[in-house]
Amino acid sequence: MNGAHDLGGMHGLGPINPEPETEERRFHYDWERSAFAVTIATAMLGRWNIDVSRHSRERQHPIDYLKNSYYENWFAGTKTLLVETGLVTTEEIAQGRALTPPTDPESIKVPGPDEVLNAVKAGRRADLDDVVTPALATGDKVRVKNFHPIGHTRAPRYTRGRVGTIERLHGVHIFPDTHKDGVVEGYTLYCVRFDAAELWGADADGPGAVFVDLWEPYLDPA
Amino acid sequence: MPHDGHDHTEPPSDIALRVKSLESLLVEKGLVDPAALDALVDRYEHRVGPQNGKKVVTRAWTNPDYLQWLRDDPNAAIGDFGFTGRQGEHMVIVENTPEVHNLVVCTLCSCYPWTVLGLPPVWYKSAPYRSRAVSEPRGVLAEFGTALDDDVEIRVWDSTSEMRYMVIPERPAGTGGWSAEDLETLVTRNAMIGVEKAKKPADAPGAAA
Repeated sequence: MNGAHDLGGMHGLGPINPEPETEERRFHYDWERSAFAVTIATAMLGRWNIDVSRHSRERQHPIDYLKNSYYENWFAGTKTLLVETGLVTTEEIAQGRALTPPTDPESIKVPGPDEVLNAVKAGRRADLDDVVTPALATGDKVRVKNFHPIGHTRAPRYTRGRVGTIERLHGVHIFPDTHKDGVVEGYTLYCVRFDAAELWGADADGPGAVFVDLWEPYLDPA
Repeated sequence: MPHDGHDHTEPPSDIALRVKSLESLLVEKGLVDPAALDALVDRYEHRVGPQNGKKVVTRAWTNPDYLQWLRDDPNAAIGDFGFTGRQGEHMVIVENTPEVHNLVVCTLCSCYPWTVLGLPPVWYKSAPYRSRAVSEPRGVLAEFGTALDDDVEIRVWDSTSEMRYMVIPERPAGTGGWSAEDLETLVTRNAMIGVEKAKKPADAPGAAA
């Protein structure tokens, strides 16, 4: 979707104003620790995947998305998913207490400390063993489709309609656009090089290129 | 920097109350284990961070075989240190040279190589960085005090998939014979994102002379 999250090339958002690296804290408020950990831990209940999670943040109202701090957006997305999957109700969130009986421990597996640590240490690969013949090869010219899906996509707006060159193939990766609906299907993932001038015209600020990972359904031969 | 600018001495903010309230609700409903939440925070606040990436960079600087392994099979080469897991399942390293400077961003969210750099800094996740890194990389680098010659090609890597990018900065001149431990003092987290170069020996007091 053409949401507020798709920020590449947008103007007017102000200076970066980075905190000096040596003085940086990992979390700036205690509630950020909670928003971070609750988001990771509830995702491990297995009711949603990473693309569902990303989409829950990006389908907020654009004003909310841009106004929120980063962990506020995580919190907003997690709350949405908890309600949509029926794990909690909006009324329970409003009142801050359980109104229906606690979840039957037989029906849901809540990971303990060892299990969450094992899960994050193991990671979860996004590539598949599917045998798929790539339609494109390194060096091929491609044009990103001019498409505007309402749902989740990982083709940034600034690449759509633009011509690039296949830099490398990453293998077959889960396709985020349908993974958002719980479907696991694989397409070849390509790293595509776009010259800065192709993307930004005469306003490109020097010699350079942007490399973007794009799935085969996003691309047409050019 | 948090957008509301409050400090820790003020009463809890609305967001703090709402997040804590949700956490209590989830605990009451048996949907999260508080010990698991603590374990996650401890790992990502204290145990995983740029200290991991610094070891990868300095070994790449000092061991050509290791650098080649990183190019050929980055997951295995980084995994040799045990730096594996969430948000580092599919690693790619990009190398700076006198002609090419690399910069990593995620314009759509905040994808970042947790296994080698830990959780991303606030600025990396911010709208100003995400919007401008792809369209105006020289201006972005200037905000970090990084100036490149006009003919240097800037390659920006937009992390739109589960591939995760880490920059191997150029090894600074005048560091021949330095130990890996001393070299690590020159590698900043920002250099491994690509917004800075590695520090020069003169800017790293305490390192080997």
